[in-house]
Amino acid sequence: MSKLMTIHLKVWRQASATAEGRFADYTVPNVNPHMSFLEMLDVLNENLTLSGEDPVEFDHDCREGICGSCGIMINGQAHGPNARTATCQLHMRDYSDGDTIVIEPWRAKAFPVIRDLVVDRAPFDRIMSAGGYVSVNSGAAPDANAIPVPKNSVDEAFDYAACIGCGACVAACPNSSASLFTGAKVSHLALLPQGSPERKERVTAMVTQMAEEGFGDCSNHAECEAVCPKGISITAIALMRREYVKAAFGRQ
Amino acid sequence: MADKRVDLKSFSGSQVGKKILTGITGLGLTLFVLMHMVGNLSFFSPDEQAYNAYAHKLMSLGPLLWAVEIGLLAFVLVHIVLGVRIYLGKRAARPVDYQTYRTVGGASKQSVASRTMIWTGVILGVFLVFHILSFKYGPGVDDGYVTTLNGEEVRDLRRLMVEKFQEPLYAFGYPIVMLLLGFHLRHGIWSALQSLGAVKPAWSPVIYSVAAVIGALIAIGFLVLPLWIFFGGGA
Ligand code: FES
Repeated sequence: MSKLMTIHLKVWRQASATAEGRFADYTVPNVNPHMSFLEMLDVLNENLTLSGEDPVEFDHDCREGICGSCGIMINGQAHGPNARTATCQLHMRDYSDGDTIVIEPWRAKAFPVIRDLVVDRAPFDRIMSAGGYVSVNSGAAPDANAIPVPKNSVDEAFDYAACIGCGACVAACPNSSASLFTGAKVSHLALLPQGSPERKERVTAMVTQMAEEGFGDCSNHAECEAVCPKGISITAIALMRREYVKAAFGRQ
Repeated sequence: MADKRVDLKSFSGSQVGKKILTGITGLGLTLFVLMHMVGNLSFFSPDEQAYNAYAHKLMSLGPLLWAVEIGLLAFVLVHIVLGVRIYLGKRAARPVDYQTYRTVGGASKQSVASRTMIWTGVILGVFLVFHILSFKYGPGVDDGYVTTLNGEEVRDLRRLMVEKFQEPLYAFGYPIVMLLLGFHLRHGIWSALQSLGAVKPAWSPVIYSVAAVIGALIAIGFLVLPLWIFFGGGA
């Protein structure tokens, strides 16, 4: 049995989108190092509920790094200190007895706080609705080998398709830019034959939508790649730019 | 999908266009400072008149020089306007800042240089005005700064330079600004090349290192001269 820890938290509490927020100090005793970060928050919430306080609202679903719901700023780092992990994959063994952890929601104008640590990531959905899809008639699925795709294109497209839309790229970007998210979606489809017919309209519409949502410009800080739970490379942004330039100046 | 055509105006206002134009103008200006630096280094030539000869050669280019100057001015203005817009956009995009924020390192290219681009840029812009006033529009032949080059009376820019850099304000102010230029280029060259199409993941680390080397070389190439003159060289 591992030694239990006492963890101090500074958590952002905000009752609603319009309410004034503030940091609240909590202490969670008996934290097992095997707990995930979210389980530690569950324990905090049980304690809060027992003492008659409102629990801390946070987003989560799969708790295995695939859904992209969880996402909090932990000591100033999106999803915490570890590479290629979402908040739900962070464990308390990364902390020591007596540590103080600052927990904040993603901060961006485009991601308004709904309550406590929960933010509205609908702007990502609208970027997707602008062009992050392939318009095909549905019907019987074609044979998997009916459309030949080069192996390296598949691999690269798959790397970009790994995006879970968690928003960490925006949260960690000093400019609150959504370029990695949009770049991953654009590049994923641009690399595949299925995405090719609509590539020009797609990149134009998605890049336009991303600016309209109020995300900042990219300054190539590459912080997004470093915090991405899927390790998506900023090459996605370079590919998006190339797609955009081709759409603007290439032969129509 | 809506068919939205991109014209030049919407391109230059788009997030991609802004980045590409900042990169192109930035690289153009980098090329200029590189040539400027090499020109300055002719001061160290054993031929005492090499620097004045170089300056005179440039001035005698006539209309070509004008064209280059107008081009440079346009590049500077576009670069400034876009840089300021990107900065204001970034401020607007995060109205409430984090209480605690730190980089996670790893693949991140975030640095003091990357986070201070707007400020090093502003200082360089202000410096540029003073620099042009003190040298390009500084005292010339009519004010007695004259020397003979192959029998022709030309401006003695070398003398002006030696005099200026004997003043501590210039001798130490210039190197400080050149260090800031080095920082600006450290992130700027990387960022420009990344924006202009590092479409293979393996290229990024190479570009990042190359940018550091060029940035450092340009800063050093510029700052040795004022210090050398202040500490008695070239007198
Ligand atoms: S809860 Fe699904 S990714 Fe963390």
